[in-house]
Amino acid sequence: MISLNSINLLYVLASILFILGLKKLSRPDSARKGNLISAIGMLVAIVAALLTLEILEPKWILVGLGLGAVVGVIAAFKVKMTSMPELVALFNGFGGIASLLVGWAEFIGFRESVETLSVVPLVALVCAVLIGAVTFTGSLVAWCKLAGIVGGKPFLFPGQKFVNSLLLLGMVVAGYLIVTNTVSSSILYLNPDQALYLLIGLSLLFGVMVVVSIGGADMPVVISLLNSYSGIAACAAGFIITNNVLIVSGALVGASGIILTSIMCKAMNRSLSNVLFSGFGSGSKSSKSSQVEGEIKAISADDAFLILEAARNVIFVPGYGMAVAQAQHAVKELSDLLEKNGAEVNFAIHPVAGRMPGHMNVLLAEANVPYDQLREMDDINPVIENADVAVVIGANDVVNPAAIEDKGSPIYGMPVINVNKARTCFVLKRSMNAGFAGIDNPLFFKDNTRMLFGDAKETISCLVSEFKS
Amino acid sequence: MEAILLVFILVLSIFLGFELISKVPATLHTPLMSGSNAISGITVVGALLTTIAATNSNDSEMKIILGVLAVAFATTNVVGGYLVTDRMLRMFKKKEPKK
Repeated sequence: MISLNSINLLYVLASILFILGLKKLSRPDSARKGNLISAIGMLVAIVAALLTLEILEPKWILVGLGLGAVVGVIAAFKVKMTSMPELVALFNGFGGIASLLVGWAEFIGFRESVETLSVVPLVALVCAVLIGAVTFTGSLVAWCKLAGIVGGKPFLFPGQKFVNSLLLLGMVVAGYLIVTNTVSSSILYLNPDQALYLLIGLSLLFGVMVVVSIGGADMPVVISLLNSYSGIAACAAGFIITNNVLIVSGALVGASGIILTSIMCKAMNRSLSNVLFSGFGSGSKSSKSSQVEGEIKAISADDAFLILEAARNVIFVPGYGMAVAQAQHAVKELSDLLEKNGAEVNFAIHPVAGRMPGHMNVLLAEANVPYDQLREMDDINPVIENADVAVVIGANDVVNPAAIEDKGSPIYGMPVINVNKARTCFVLKRSMNAGFAGIDNPLFFKDNTRMLFGDAKETISCLVSEFKS
Repeated sequence: MEAILLVFILVLSIFLGFELISKVPATLHTPLMSGSNAISGITVVGALLTTIAATNSNDSEMKIILGVLAVAFATTNVVGGYLVTDRMLRMFKKKEPKK
């Protein structure tokens, strides 16, 4: 039997590895190593936990570990890069429900124990169950929306805020009953078990309610927020069983999730509460501020090729449409041909393009685009005048000049990539439908904009074959 | 007293987390998110300890069942999260010097 001290030292080692791993994960050239270091930290922590085994019959524990590992491996290797946001959301939900289950199991232990209970672990237990449950169902709904199982439009009904407030109130009351009724004997209406079931039920429902009312385009914010929650839930679980490694790593994840969330919000010029509660993109309050004037000029792939062939400086602006059309490999091929032709090629990535933070970067990396060719919005906007051609691939709201020009537009004030300042702007689009936010895009009507209708992948492939011939 | 000590650790870790993450370039947002998501699977340690305590002291079966389920979910989160992050990071490459 190993002493408790050495087990605790292993936990310290695991925490150090997590911190070093995260530090390395924040730089592109050391990121992969950082991930490996943090994985080793996790292994150390798991081994340390297993060392507390007293009897040598851990078969159920091994079943749990084995099952989880198999599912994790299969999911991680089967997933396509374009469905990465869904998978991250799903994994996140699993972390949430694990915290919930730990809280529940510990609660049974508390009820059976004869020792006097203190308030702190019980409050932590309520937090772990509540946040874990919200993370679980919230992530599941996000997963459904991202995978297209349910529509991406926000689901709104009258009195929604009232219902949500009631749910929240119910959760707080149930939590209060759990804590007070477990410490002293039952004085209020529900016994602690019933109160726990009530808390679990209400929290699960609350997670669904909060996320269904958020549109698909806001998912980057939701995913990073839920990620933060799963960390906080793990942290709370650490308080129940007084385990430092859970508290440290849970807090690290919680903090990183909150930073990412605020980056995403800033990139959309909206507050977090606006993202969570406004049901943005429902189309219900489309303000008819200024009618877009001008005509749309379509262009064929042949003519587009002639312009591209003459271009010296090309900027690609990808959006969610590129992910849907799986066009990233074709785009890379085109960019190689353009470079061979003597042009300078860059990719301008808006912080909220796609469905999770940095979504476009991952897709383009999959297609072997080197990361120093991927430029952030703030780097590219000052030099976009120098571009001969800006090619917008399946992006809409993040290049909408209404955000700068039209004070009545719902997205007014959101930083966008100013593609209309490039000499020519190609927009690859399947149809004239409005973008996710349901807002007209005056970009399509600008003098220097040419529309290339059709599937983005086919259009790009067309251009590629023109270059080759 | 112990609770205060835990809060102390919590507060310091939160500040450390903010320091570690605040300067991450946009390119790494997704790997960072899925990597930290894998770390949040640390609940697996909590789940293991709960289950082990339950088997050691012959607590109710319900506690063991819940614990094992928690272990399975958290392990999926951990294993899947790390592998997916690695798969993504493997793709990030610097531009090769021109030939």
